[in-house]
Amino acid sequence: MTTPPHVSVRDLRKQYGDFAAVDGVSFDIQPGETFALLGPNGAGKSTTIEILEGYRDRTSGEASVLGVDPQRGGLEWKARLGIVLQSTGESGNVTVREQLAHFAGFYPNPRDVDEVIAAVGLTEKAKSRIKSLSGGQRRRVDVALGVIGRPELLFLDEPTTGFDPEARREFWELIRSLKREGTTILLTTHYLDEAAQLGDRAGVIAGGRLIEIGTIDEIGGADARTPVVRWRDQNGLQEERTTEPASLVAGLFAATGTEPDGLEVRRPSLEDVYLALVAAHTTEETTLEQLERSL
Amino acid sequence: MTTAIAAPKLPAGRTLALGTSRVAYEVKTYFRQGDSVFFTFLFPLIFLTIFSVAFSEGSFGKTASGAKVTAAEFYLPAMLAAGLLLSGLQNMSIDIATEKGDGTLKRLGGSPLPVLSYFIGKIGQVIVTGILQSALLLVVAAVAFRVPLPTDPAKWLTFAWVFLLGVSTCAVLGIALSALPRSGKSATAVIIPITLILQFISGVYLSFSQLPAWLQNFASIFPLKWLAQGMRSVFLPDSFKALEMGGTWNLGGVALVTTIWLVLGLLACRLTFRWIRKDS
Repeated sequence: MTTPPHVSVRDLRKQYGDFAAVDGVSFDIQPGETFALLGPNGAGKSTTIEILEGYRDRTSGEASVLGVDPQRGGLEWKARLGIVLQSTGESGNVTVREQLAHFAGFYPNPRDVDEVIAAVGLTEKAKSRIKSLSGGQRRRVDVALGVIGRPELLFLDEPTTGFDPEARREFWELIRSLKREGTTILLTTHYLDEAAQLGDRAGVIAGGRLIEIGTIDEIGGADARTPVVRWRDQNGLQEERTTEPASLVAGLFAATGTEPDGLEVRRPSLEDVYLALVAAHTTEETTLEQLERSL
Repeated sequence: MTTAIAAPKLPAGRTLALGTSRVAYEVKTYFRQGDSVFFTFLFPLIFLTIFSVAFSEGSFGKTASGAKVTAAEFYLPAMLAAGLLLSGLQNMSIDIATEKGDGTLKRLGGSPLPVLSYFIGKIGQVIVTGILQSALLLVVAAVAFRVPLPTDPAKWLTFAWVFLLGVSTCAVLGIALSALPRSGKSATAVIIPITLILQFISGVYLSFSQLPAWLQNFASIFPLKWLAQGMRSVFLPDSFKALEMGGTWNLGGVALVTTIWLVLGLLACRLTFRWIRKDS
């Protein structure tokens, strides 16, 4: 018997009037895996994650989270989830410790309150009212509340928006420790480095469609990672994609006998691959629309 | 195979245990909010003080033994009833609408907290703050304004059931009304006019017996008029019942109308309460 996936989504759709916010998305997340959902703002990331959290009802398709349809998830199902929402503006009239101790009481097998506070780096703020904290510190309280119940599956919706680089690195460390404990994680982000740092696999969503899915090194296919050689000659900037950049550069030198101007050899980063994917998708959409209009 | 992964059973009785923990949490956060303490908790006390001082020369009738009824004595039952409405209905509906708007309910809705525990916490908070508010009103009325408090235990028994029934009904109606404001920011603007008008037509600020009959009849649809009447039966001389509609305290009517509203409120909560508006 194989272990069933913790999250399984088939042909998921969410329609608002004529607008399809999510338009036929399918993916699985295996137990212990960290899956990153990437995409520009308004692409459908949050709608997808909120359907899986049980906050929104889908229009059609199938979804299963920890073996349960999220539209029918009861309290025992919720006790196994951790949810970090996109943004909150609660009044925060309680201290960090009071809030965590209170929420810990909701769960059958919670983590130790002080350990969680330490893990998110708020030990010194444990006795401060939440409303007196900075935006980044409040976000850490959100994350602490998401993990206090020792979830099997953790949803993180743009968890590090508004973090400074150091806080982001500390946060990644925290997520890695949760991964080591075997927590399954679904993360949405528009920071590519975050997906690369934390994700085992990633899906790219644009216009409500999953346009790419795979391990972080595979996304966009091998071709998208073909190195690019750039240099300048009398005709201006030249660019060539080749799997043998060293030979190309040697050939250039042999032909002219001088150092080529502005020589650069680059392997496309995840960000380049991602931007190319999203750009290609947008062009395709536009072309289709133009085609439809001309008919 | 797609069998559900074995889930830990949640212990029985946790709804009540969590409800109790919510009461403590709600009471703590209530008193940490400066504005709610002022506008709902101290409001009846402030008005009792203003009326007692402003109308200290006014005439409010005499007791059977011929002693003058003071403004403080006359307004004490009205302010006790207003306290129930403010602590229950007004505070609760604005509080929940705000929590809906700022994401508190969304977070709770994603946690394994039972809705019933949340309600127990809210109603418990109203009962605790309502008891403190009434006690404060009674102490200030007795000590500062020399209002004679009843000595007959039967009167206090009436006070107890009118208070408990009233506070629960107002709390439940507050939860139901919280569905009305479209956002947390508009909550005050939507709710306060409702409670203000109710107080004016139900004999809280104005003497009920001086309102026109049609307005008295209209006010009799709503529970506040009955709660104020129940409170008057406890704190005013028995001869004052002549001023009531039908010339009696009609405690049966107080119990009946308030209970009907309690049941309607519970039904409305059951039907309308959602952690979040889905698909908004």
